[in-house]
Parts: sequence; structure tokens; C-alpha cells
Amino acid sequence: MTVSNPLVRVENLTKHFPVTRGIVIQRTVGYVQAVDDVSFEIARGETLGLVGESGCGKTTAGRTLLGLYPPTGGEVEIDGHDVGKAKGRDLLAIRRKAQMIFQDPFASLNPRWTVSAIVGEPLRVHRLITSEKARLERVKELLELVGLSARYVNRFPHEFSGGQRQRIGVARALASEPVFIVCDEPISALDVSIQAQVVNLLEDLQDQFSLTYLFIAHDLAMVRHICDRVAVMYLGVIVEMAGRNELYENPLHPYTQALLSAVPVPDPKKERQRQRTILTGDVPSPLNPPDGCRFHPRCPIAKEHCKQIVPEWREIGCGRWVACHEV
Amino acid sequence: MSTFLEVQDLTVRFHTPEGTVHAVNGISYELGEGETLALVGESGCGKSVSMMSLLGLIPIPPGEIVSGRAIYRGTDLLEMTEHELENIRGAEIGMVFQDPMTSLNPVLTIGRQITESLRVHDGSNSEQAERRAIELLDWVGISDPANHLQDYPHQFSGGMRQRVMIAMALACSPSLLIADEPTTALDVTIQAQIVELALRLREQIRMTIIWITHDLGVVAGLADRVIVMYAGYMVEEAGIEDLYEDPRHPYTLALLAALPRADRRRHSRLKSIRGAPPSMLVQPTGCPFASRCEFVIEHCWSANPPLTPVVPNHRIACWVDIQTGDSR
Repeated sequence: MTVSNPLVRVENLTKHFPVTRGIVIQRTVGYVQAVDDVSFEIARGETLGLVGESGCGKTTAGRTLLGLYPPTGGEVEIDGHDVGKAKGRDLLAIRRKAQMIFQDPFASLNPRWTVSAIVGEPLRVHRLITSEKARLERVKELLELVGLSARYVNRFPHEFSGGQRQRIGVARALASEPVFIVCDEPISALDVSIQAQVVNLLEDLQDQFSLTYLFIAHDLAMVRHICDRVAVMYLGVIVEMAGRNELYENPLHPYTQALLSAVPVPDPKKERQRQRTILTGDVPSPLNPPDGCRFHPRCPIAKEHCKQIVPEWREIGCGRWVACHEV
Repeated sequence: MSTFLEVQDLTVRFHTPEGTVHAVNGISYELGEGETLALVGESGCGKSVSMMSLLGLIPIPPGEIVSGRAIYRGTDLLEMTEHELENIRGAEIGMVFQDPMTSLNPVLTIGRQITESLRVHDGSNSEQAERRAIELLDWVGISDPANHLQDYPHQFSGGMRQRVMIAMALACSPSLLIADEPTTALDVTIQAQIVELALRLREQIRMTIIWITHDLGVVAGLADRVIVMYAGYMVEEAGIEDLYEDPRHPYTLALLAALPRADRRRHSRLKSIRGAPPSMLVQPTGCPFASRCEFVIEHCWSANPPLTPVVPNHRIACWVDIQTGDSR
């Protein structure tokens, strides 16, 4: 697939987690197919949204992308480096360029470390600044960059609110001067009035440092706001990918259609007239996903062949990708 | 609509080692029969506490109901003994909580948990209770309910558990359902299923519902009236369309402007609300929203505005007319 000048290239990425039984002698009894044969590219300076319901594999995809989980198959290339094959110094170099912002600002900061230790850690690990004093100066600079006071360097995470903690997480991610950041649900733990602050901060930083984002989220309204293109995941596979306005205004895959029809809109008149496509049932287990198209048991337009043949991931023109027999 | 529940000047505090938390500060409202009322606000604004305290569900101490009356069908809930409240909770007033993972008992079967309130309140025998449980599960949309009675909560998905919670709350045909963030932990497609279920409750059995949420999107299609809370105070109360089309309190206006929209093209950056909610440990001398407000005037710092009507059926607590920017 062709995005001009891609920074991130993901080809047939697959991640299966073994499920084991037994305590002393462990037998593998199955595999959770968290991510299955996923391909996409992210252009430089772009924000790609990855959306889907909980358990669809979007977080696993983001983590495997950065080499936090070794992939079961497929390839990931970030800025010309092959993530899967990299070891030692090469892997360290990739991690310097590609950082992550985590969902839970309460769990992703070490409660026993001061802010200066947390934000300064990437500087130390990557030996970017070795002098203790210069590092402290850089940490102060980073804190001010994300809208926190430099006076906070010696405080501990519990002294901050959720929004402030997420800013500390952003400062840490920026410390190693990355080109690519995976934002894994960075705002879903925050209150509405604070979400907008963090989203605006992420946009400002993107402009300032020409960052490329993979924005993983389940808030479809926020994704339309912040992302240039959006990929929709269902049960480990990407079912549709398109520019944000094309996707939201003319969704092609039946799952995307159902998902978007379920998003509430803060407008009572629109809400009352709205026809929701209510999906019946729940997402099947990724341990034993359905044959053929993974969405077929819940799909309102499924035909006989959908039950047997896996739909091809194909481009149908103008950068729109979809995996469905019926489109 | 006849008045069904009338809350007057409810004030709830918590005495903690850090100091006194002013969780709910003198809120008053009425609820009509068959009405759906949404209580909206950010975390810690007192929306849950204000409901839990009516049903005797906050621990006292550290909690303290400082003042207030809650007249439910002619009697004051806050004057009731624990025993009297037990007869109300579950039977007259059903509750659904946010987290369906933790509010079901993991070691009891689904059937046992639904039939419990029937046996306690209605005195049904186990056969009658079981039949009613099957009926309820069927009504909330669980397929093949008879075979699910022996299942345990872990065998159910999040959406199914929330349906079970709703079935439990409905077991004794309550006249009021209080739903505390019932869709927050759920995915958007499952959330839509629960909202559809609530709409059915409203239309088919004219259930009176109080829906507590932080999500202005979810209640837009559901509520008749909305109360917006901030830092333990009611800041705005309006009919559903007035609130969204003509918000009069700066906080409501800012909340709506901070929401991205899935149904529109992006036209600008989000408008964020500066700062963070105030500490509830000190009672503000002025308006609690003053430090974050775009419309703030001198007077806002010295006196906390009372909730007053601006137009019929639309009350706000603000010194400023946001349409002109002048003092009201």
C-alpha cells in the first residue's frame, strides 16, 4: 500500500499469545489471536487513529509495533529500521525514536520516583545527557514544554492530578526526542474538561516537533477530531481504513457502520431521529475466532461465502482500504 | 406530571483526616413521575454522593448529611430508619451501578442474585422467583434465559452483566430507577444497547429514571431534563433541548465546546477549560467555577451565585448573562 514517504510500515503483523495449562509441565492449549495479519503505513507528520472495542487488539498492535512484544509474524519498519530483527544497540536506537504514552496516568508513573527521575530516565538510558546538572535543566525545560511548572521537579506522582500526570507521561515520551509516538488511549482516564487540554497539547507538540502519532482510542468523536486517517479494528484484524471525513461520512464496512451509528452525539434532536444499527451479541473470543470473515456472526448483511472465505484487505481507490466481500 | 421525588437543600460532607470534604452543597430539585432526569458532572462533583445519600448508602461516619429533605411519595427518605430504607431499596427504588464487574457477587449464580431481592421483598417462593427471573432476563435481551440462571458472573461479558444488573434492579418492579454511570465501563456498541433498553423502559413501562453520567452525549437522546453539577453545587438545570441549544452557565457552555463531535467535520481546535476542578476541602467564598470561567467578573469572587431561573424551567447559578457578558 502506498503512503508517500512512510515513517512507519507495518506488513502482515501478527501477534498470538499462547494459552497454557498446567503448573509444572505447561502445555500450550491454544493461542489468543490478538493481532492477525495487519498491514498499514503511517506517513511522516501524520496521525493515524486505531479504533475498536475493548479486546480487539488495538493496544497489542501498538505495543508489538514498538517491539514491546515480539511479533509472531510480519514486519514492522520504523524510520528504516526493522523492529522485529533489531537487537541490543539497534533496538535501543529504535526505542529512542519511537516512544509511547500510556492510558492510565496513575499506573504508568513509578510512585517512588520524583518527576525529575521519571522524565530524566530516557535521557539517562539513552545516554543523551550524562551530566546530572544538565539533565535536571533539560527536565525543567520538558516540564515547561508540556505546561507544567519547572518547580515540580522534586515532587512525586501522587501530588498531581490525572491531567497533570498525563502531562508528565508526555514529557517523558518527549525526552528522547522521538519522531514517532504511540498514544495508547492517552485521554480516556481523564475528565472531559481535561481531555481537551491534553489533546490540544498533543497537537501543539506535533506541530512543533513534526511528530508522527499512532492514536489508539475507543472515543470515536475524539478520533475524528485529532486523526488524519483512521483504521478500524475488529477481533484482531483491520476491517477498514480511510481518511477521517470519508470514513465518518461514508463508512463502507458493516462493522464501521454499526460502530459509528452507536456513537452518541450531544444534540437531542439528532439523537431522537437517529437510527442505530444495534449489533446483536458480543464480540467472539479471540481464542477461537470465527472462520471466514471474523465479523460474519454479527454482520447484518453476511452471505454464505462470508462464513468460509477470509475477505481480502484491498484498496478500493483514493487511499480507502476495506476487508469485506460485500463492499 | 405529579411530583414524585422532591429534594430540598441537600448537604453532605465527609470528615476525613485531610479535612472536611464538602461533597454536596445544598442542592434542590424535583422529579416528576415518568420523567428521566440526567445528573451530569465530572468525577468528584458530588453527583453519585447526592443519590447514594438519599438511600442511606454512604457510610456515616465519615459521611454526614448536614441538612436536607428528600420527600419521596410523601415521606422523607432522610428521616427513615435503616429498616424502613431496606424496604425501599430494591423494592421501590432500584439501582444500577457503574461497574458490572464488581457489583455482582462472583460466587453466586446469576439466578440466585436476581431472585434474592424477590424473595426478600416480595416473599415469592423459589419457583415464582425463578419464573420472574427468566422473564426479566428475557426482557433485558438475554437469549435463552432459562439456561443462564445457573451461570456465574464471570461467564458473562460486560454488556450482559450490565443487563443482569438492570434485571436485578427491575426485579421488584420499582417505581424509580437510579442508574449511576451504567454505560461508562462499556464499549460504544454495548452502550447503545443499554441506552435502547433504557428507552424501552421509559416508553413501555413509563419508568421514572435518574441517570447519573459524565457524558453529555449519552443523555442527549435519553433524558427529559438535565442537572449540571460542579464542585458539589447545581450550576444549571434545564429541559433537554434548552440545555444543549441554549446553555446559560459558562461551565455547561465550556463543557459542550470541549466535546469533539463524531457527526461534524473538524473546524477548529477544541476549546479547553483552563485549570482543574477546585479542592472540595474548602468551601469557596465566591463562585466555585470563577477561576476557570471566561466570563468572570469582580462580583464572582466575593459571592457564590444562588440557583435562579433565567427563563421558565431553566435555572442557573451565575452572576453573568453570558449572552451580553454583563452582570445579571
